[in-house]
Amino acid sequence: MTKELKMELKEKLVSSFLAFEEEYTGANDDLHKIRNQAIKDFETMGFPSRKEEDYKYTSLKSILKEDYSLFPKKENAIEYKDIKKYLIHEIDTYDLVFIDGIYSSHLSSTTHDKIDVCLMSSALNKDLYKPVIDNYFNKLAPKNGLNSLNTAFTKEGAFIHIHKNTLADKPIQIINFSTGNESSILVQPRNLIVVDENSHCQIIERHQSLTEHPVLTNSVTEIFADKRAIVDYYKIQNDKLSASLIDNTYIEQQSESFCSVHTFSLGGKLTRNNLNFYQRGERIDSTMKGVTIIEGKQHVDHNTLVHHIEPNCESHQDYKGIFDERSVGVFNGKVVVEKEAQKTNAYQSNNNVLLNDKATINSKPQLEIFADDVKCSHGCTIGQLDEEALFYLQSRGIPRKEASGLLMYAFANNVLESVKIPEIKKRINKLIAHKLGVELGFNL
Amino acid sequence: MAYTEDDLKKELETKEYEYGFYTDIESDTFPVGLNEDIVRAISKKKEEPEWMTEWRLEAYRHWETMEEPEWANVHYEKPNFQNISYYSAPNKKPKYDSLDEVDPELLDTFKKLGISVDEQKKLAGVAVDVVMDSVSVTTTFKKTLAEKGIIFCSISEAIREHPELVKKYIGSVVPKTDNFYAALNSAVFSDGSFCYIPKGVRCPMELSTYFRINQAGTGQFERTLVVAEPGSYVSYLEGCTAPMRDENQLHAAVVELVAMDDAEIKYSTVQNWFPGNKDGKGGVFNFVTKRGLCEKGAKISWTQVETGSAVTWKYPSCILKGDNSIGEFYSIAVTNNYQQADTGTKMVHLGKNTKSTIISKGISAGHSQNSYRGLVQINGRAQNARNFSQCDSLLMGNECGAHTFPYIEVKNKSGQVEHEATTSKIGEDQIFYCNQRGIDTEKAIALIVNGFSKEVLNKLPMEFAVEAQKLLEISLEGSVG
Repeated sequence: MTKELKMELKEKLVSSFLAFEEEYTGANDDLHKIRNQAIKDFETMGFPSRKEEDYKYTSLKSILKEDYSLFPKKENAIEYKDIKKYLIHEIDTYDLVFIDGIYSSHLSSTTHDKIDVCLMSSALNKDLYKPVIDNYFNKLAPKNGLNSLNTAFTKEGAFIHIHKNTLADKPIQIINFSTGNESSILVQPRNLIVVDENSHCQIIERHQSLTEHPVLTNSVTEIFADKRAIVDYYKIQNDKLSASLIDNTYIEQQSESFCSVHTFSLGGKLTRNNLNFYQRGERIDSTMKGVTIIEGKQHVDHNTLVHHIEPNCESHQDYKGIFDERSVGVFNGKVVVEKEAQKTNAYQSNNNVLLNDKATINSKPQLEIFADDVKCSHGCTIGQLDEEALFYLQSRGIPRKEASGLLMYAFANNVLESVKIPEIKKRINKLIAHKLGVELGFNL
Repeated sequence: MAYTEDDLKKELETKEYEYGFYTDIESDTFPVGLNEDIVRAISKKKEEPEWMTEWRLEAYRHWETMEEPEWANVHYEKPNFQNISYYSAPNKKPKYDSLDEVDPELLDTFKKLGISVDEQKKLAGVAVDVVMDSVSVTTTFKKTLAEKGIIFCSISEAIREHPELVKKYIGSVVPKTDNFYAALNSAVFSDGSFCYIPKGVRCPMELSTYFRINQAGTGQFERTLVVAEPGSYVSYLEGCTAPMRDENQLHAAVVELVAMDDAEIKYSTVQNWFPGNKDGKGGVFNFVTKRGLCEKGAKISWTQVETGSAVTWKYPSCILKGDNSIGEFYSIAVTNNYQQADTGTKMVHLGKNTKSTIISKGISAGHSQNSYRGLVQINGRAQNARNFSQCDSLLMGNECGAHTFPYIEVKNKSGQVEHEATTSKIGEDQIFYCNQRGIDTEKAIALIVNGFSKEVLNKLPMEFAVEAQKLLEISLEGSVG
């Protein structure tokens, strides 16, 4: 039964591909080839099933059975006041706002001054960007069902290119809104971020549904950090309970670059984060941190990979999770250290708190090590709040609810400490405090 | 001259397998291949009752529908199951009353292995049930055990003499359809050991069985069943060596432990089968299913030292069914040359207040691959379950690999799970420190490895600890820098 439904979505996608290709009249012939190949790959591979090791704990069945509309026809008008609360508006930023996968020019602010913050659609079609597209587009995302599907339907997304020796003067926000005016909807943003030598940028990404209609987002982001580049990436996932997100992010780093990705998963029906780092130089630092606080029947799956290919690199992983009610948390972290990658220092930590007997956590921290002179460790804990600490706080007049909120806040806090944009830190703090049901009595 | 890494390497490479000899005993071997007739023939040969034959056939029929598992992190040429002889027993099979009657060649084998039966009788106080290829040949100390009501015999004897016990427990922990190799074993198992400890009895000695694979081209399919009635205690030892052979030999054993209320079973293994030569040729395939069931307040403790076999695929598990039961797993896995090991444990917490401890030490050298694969599962009803896991890997040289695949599944908020893993090498500073104090590099390495493995070695019974320490040194000598 379910299998048939799943087939339906797959077939629907494959059959609508032709129409999609015809609509596209861009000049770039290579893109046609890439997309045609991708749809073939998708046809062979399809959606991942639980039989695959990487999806052992996460079934996509429930989100694939919806009858998603693939091509929203009209641009949906949204006023700034409706979306203001989803933006980090306290500071000046570059904004790329997409509504149902279509670029909204009046809500966005782009630039071509020293840095390119613009649209995938224009990058794909303009000759000016052809060298960058040729060099980087679809070069990193490994071939699998979901990536190929996204590639086949690549149309819109963010294109960010930070030129050599440049500091992006403002953080960049990429926000995908879905209005769901046409009932359920499937959106597939495709982002390409190229940060050249000695450059620096900060990016905030958010997916937000504005109605209660089911939304499935299958997003692919490729990030290239050249020598000594610094990339700071923040993902805020606090969507409606009807929205599901499959986020595929691939990061390639060259020597002495520094990349960090913070993922805050606080909402959504099903969230799957595929986050892969490939270290192609020496003295690279990769950091990935995450806080997951969910309840109800929510499901959050973090699937990370750090591939240490060259010597003297570091990676740090720190994922914290708090799970209430019937929620399910999955952490699948993989560190691969190649033979040449001597003096690697890889650290992985996954800490979880279960608040309810119906909640589940599945954790699989893996190490695959082929080099001998390395320092690799991982730790994983699952437990509860310390009764004695709770008692201590209660004995000082803090009600139990607030006390447990405080403890959980403290538990998640060291992930927040490394957030470099104060406004984001403040925002996340608020979200977490709200989520934990406490108004923390100190100024955040 | 200083003893360099290269010297060590050379010495190791030239080191031949110490126990690589072949005993020339006429064997009664079945034609190669597997079908229902062979299964029937094995059963008939063993003079088994009808129900046992049926049980084997059911397992065989199910096995036919199964496929070899491929998820393990090992690569090898799959054995052709139709190319194996499924039964081989030493030809002369009298029931000996004294050692003098035993085939002198067989005794010679024991001597080379260092198991002098009579010496052990006197000194160690260990009852040895020697399994030569598949049939149990000598059983000692039976009388002492019988006085306590303990049954310790070969499984085929148990099927004949205690069918009610065997029927009740065989397949109760590892169902005959459990997995590919368990099903194969259930269909064709040739022999093995059976051990029954009555209620409240504390077994006065360590029970031990030596397995040897002897006949060329015969797979060894051991079946071990240990049943500990409420309040009893037993410590069971299993040790193995195999002669050098070019062809890969298959070993698919099944071990089932049943620990009733408040019983305790301690199961220790030293495995030193032929690991293949330094080019990775030959060696034993070791695909083993080991599982224990703990009732209320029971305790099962697995201790293993794995140094042999070309390919190891082994996950001694504990089903913590009863409240307050305890599962333990202590393991040292050493791989060298082209050995591959995928080993670990499964701790399934079903009862309340259940506890489990996992200490796994992996040492890989040469071109070997060493994986830890473990599952800790805490089910919804397992209130206050507690697990502690620690997996440490030691890498020697940069041609080998160490992998960790822990699966942690928790469905209860009161569960507490801690898992930590580290990977490291022997530090130059550590070696330097030893050198500086007049300890040569080789000794220093032995010292450090010993320290690394101490937590596990300490858990072994006295008789094994010595042997295990020696084994560690032999298998690792000179593989380090």
